[in-house]
Amino acid sequence: MENPIGPDPEPPDSDKLLPGSSSLAVLLVVFMTVSFLVLFSIVRGGVGHVTESEGGTRAFGPAEVTGVDFEIELLPGIEEATSGPDDGDFLVPPPPWSESGYFPCTECHSEMEVNPERRVLEEMHDDIVLNHGPSDRWCLDCHNPDDRDSLRLINGRLISFDESYLLCGQCHGTIFRDWRQGIHGRRQGYWNGGKSYLLCAHCHNPHAPAFHAMAPLPPPMRPQFLAQTTQEEVQEAANE
Amino acid sequence: MIKDIASFITGSARIAFKGNATFYAWIAFLGIVCLWGLTAWWDQFQHGLITTNMRDQVSWAFYIGNFTFLVGVAAAAVMLVIPAYIYNWKPIKEIAIFGELLAVSAIVMAMLFVFVDVGRPDRVWQLMPIIGTPNLPSSLLGWDVMVLNGYLVLNLLIVLHLLYTGYHRRPYKRSFVVPLLLFSIPAAVGIHTVTAFVYAGTAARPFWNSAILAPRFLASAFCSGPAILLILFQILQRTTSIKIKDEAIWKIAELMAYAMFLNLFLFGAEIFREYYSNTHHLIHTQYLYSGVHGHDALVPYAWASLICSVVAFLLFLIPATRKNLVTLNLGCVLIFAGVYIEKGMALVIPGMTPDTLGEFYEYVPTLSEVRVGAGIFAVGFLVFTLLCKMAIPILQDAASGEAGRT
Amino acid sequence: MSEKTLDRRTLMISAGLSTMAGISAAASGKSAGWIERLLKRRFVELSDERREEILAELEAAVQEKYGRDDITVGDTRAMDGVEFAYGLDLSRCVGCRRCVYACVHENNQSRDPQIHWIRVLEMAKDHGIDFAESDVYYDSEEVPEPESFYLPVACQQCRNPACVKVCPVKATWQEPDVIVVIDSDWCLGCRCCMSACPYGARHFNWTEPTIAADEINPDTHVFGNLPRPKGVVEKCSFCIQRTRKGRYPACVEICPVGARKFGNLLDEEGEMRYLMREKRVFVLKEELNTKPRFYYFFAT
Repeated sequence: MENPIGPDPEPPDSDKLLPGSSSLAVLLVVFMTVSFLVLFSIVRGGVGHVTESEGGTRAFGPAEVTGVDFEIELLPGIEEATSGPDDGDFLVPPPPWSESGYFPCTECHSEMEVNPERRVLEEMHDDIVLNHGPSDRWCLDCHNPDDRDSLRLINGRLISFDESYLLCGQCHGTIFRDWRQGIHGRRQGYWNGGKSYLLCAHCHNPHAPAFHAMAPLPPPMRPQFLAQTTQEEVQEAANE
Repeated sequence: MIKDIASFITGSARIAFKGNATFYAWIAFLGIVCLWGLTAWWDQFQHGLITTNMRDQVSWAFYIGNFTFLVGVAAAAVMLVIPAYIYNWKPIKEIAIFGELLAVSAIVMAMLFVFVDVGRPDRVWQLMPIIGTPNLPSSLLGWDVMVLNGYLVLNLLIVLHLLYTGYHRRPYKRSFVVPLLLFSIPAAVGIHTVTAFVYAGTAARPFWNSAILAPRFLASAFCSGPAILLILFQILQRTTSIKIKDEAIWKIAELMAYAMFLNLFLFGAEIFREYYSNTHHLIHTQYLYSGVHGHDALVPYAWASLICSVVAFLLFLIPATRKNLVTLNLGCVLIFAGVYIEKGMALVIPGMTPDTLGEFYEYVPTLSEVRVGAGIFAVGFLVFTLLCKMAIPILQDAASGEAGRT
Repeated sequence: MSEKTLDRRTLMISAGLSTMAGISAAASGKSAGWIERLLKRRFVELSDERREEILAELEAAVQEKYGRDDITVGDTRAMDGVEFAYGLDLSRCVGCRRCVYACVHENNQSRDPQIHWIRVLEMAKDHGIDFAESDVYYDSEEVPEPESFYLPVACQQCRNPACVKVCPVKATWQEPDVIVVIDSDWCLGCRCCMSACPYGARHFNWTEPTIAADEINPDTHVFGNLPRPKGVVEKCSFCIQRTRKGRYPACVEICPVGARKFGNLLDEEGEMRYLMREKRVFVLKEELNTKPRFYYFFAT
């Protein structure tokens, strides 16, 4: 007698009613329970944990970074410039200390007697710690004794402070060649047009040229903390 | 023609939705779980995928793991079709259709898992040909969408034809069904191979970038899909009037033993390659089986999966334990657990941990993801339940009608 | 099939598509070009006039969103005879991360949740380049640490980009000047490209990105720093809004030690060719054959 709707109330043939069928129910119930327990303990356990000191637990943006200006202002004249080593002209910002009151040096040094003896300075410029190359290097190796508004090359030629790279390049030839091509040092401007360079002295204090360490900007946020947004309902939805 | 179709639709709907108290309770339970998942998904749709724990470092996780597992389950229908129609073995021929029904439910679930995983579900239509811009032939996910939809259509055609002709007590057209069934064999192999290629083609993830991945996928699919079917057959025997021969069940279990052997062998081959060659790529397998630098969240699950698979293999291999329903069911459950973990946690997560820049982000799903996953599984169970509810009486009618005629 | 049935079917399909497109437009909050979406014309397949119109719509939308009327959206095309390349001097990088934040500032990346296109890896000098031992979250008092060197990583704009290969909807492609771009209006957010990228260069908008209106960089490019929506992928675009107008990328200009170099690889007199001739360059994960255009070198 066919009964297409609903289950057959009579049990199947006895040789099919193996002890397995109720054990199947037990097995499935146990399996589901264990699986859910495991799954929920995994979910509640949360993602890999990180201690506060390991960095990357807070989000910083450029606005929270002090001391760095991300708006880069190009030098005036860059739009028109076609600068490059072959053109001869390098667009550079003014040399360091040129606007700090020290320059022009001749204001003090024009009347002063030149003392060529190698010594530690005591009366003026005593804040300068000289740490550049061999221990017997001193001021007048680079500065021109007769006219302090210039620097002096080895062959005696005098150059102005905004061509100081010629002086540095005498000893640091490989770096100088790289700098001319733009491989050493920062350039700003147009990769297909006018570029501004920096003088050696802009990054390297010529008296103690070793690059100083600086404080890094904050690390990125770790993925574990990414959802800590100010949008509360997102946090709630994520963490239930 | 239209009248026939209309009566088929209304008739099967009537059959599908009428049942006893247990049936309604089951449907209600599935409905509640669906709703639970739907509300979680709605939150996710509004806020974005940040409600999951996926991040840039582990950008595919729970959803894609489930997707991969379910494509395997869908492909496993072929395990029934081959003995039924290639070898014309009657005990399985009677039940081959359940493989198709499972395939349909599994494909629906798999596609839903992809749908919930994309950042812009409102743009999924871009994957379709003609109206969208699928990047064929170069994108494997593009191919995956094509073949999965094709496989779904294929199985639906077979099932609907059998049910439609059965409903109207007409013999089914062999010339229509049999070629489709035969074609579904390479199609089943195809869908899981394409899914495997999505992973295997990724040179950036050395844990996945292996030629052996596609055979491994197929081997594990061919043991996990039938495991589900064996359990379902026993439930169906208990709750409906369907009768399934023991020999059919035992033959399926035997075939599963061979598939699991292949799975374990291929796994062993991978382990040899990783540990013996000892390149940088070993770090992913190490993360999985022994932990690296104190990151060892997956280790217990990886070993559990392996132990489950080995024990299940032995249970299926030995005829005594294979023919004992208690140990057979235990073996099925163990295989399901083993392969589910293997395709989810032990495939997707270690492939992305450590990430391409060496970072360890130990992912676990959020409750939101689990809810969505549960909701999708409920949808799949619902589809399967309703299809079975519809199919069993119709097919029994048709079978008795045929027997009456011959 | 009769003519009538064909028409009815087409009508139903169009109705369905219009509904989908309408929902899509409403959901994405943008009505720009939805007709084109319906007809599967991506932005790059449109006529110049239609592109202008869509750019105007995008501009109006983003101006309204941030309450600023100075935001412009352009789509400057690639210059002829230009293939960009990037150089990074590992002997100079000190790990200060100014490039990271300059990039965020220039390219309108989300502050919350945080997205950084550049990741600087700290590595040990006695280990060499080894990603498994690297640390991106270093938080020292001062850099460079004496035992470490620093390796910044961002999109390498590969010649053989894996991301372009795997995108299922052609939402990302390589432009003639080598920049791999993403169309945020087409991206599905499936993250196949993130899986495929060996350099971790692609980043996802896990939720609606947030930037304060006064921090927006108003000069935007539709494939570059136009603020992205939720649910799409983004990555370094070699500052396409700057470089296609001849300017250096923001990271190049901010680097305090001049470790970053950029230029036209086809220009024999340019700095990129000079550094390839004079210094020995190498690329990351060379065995993957992605052929990046991001060259690392040690100047001294």
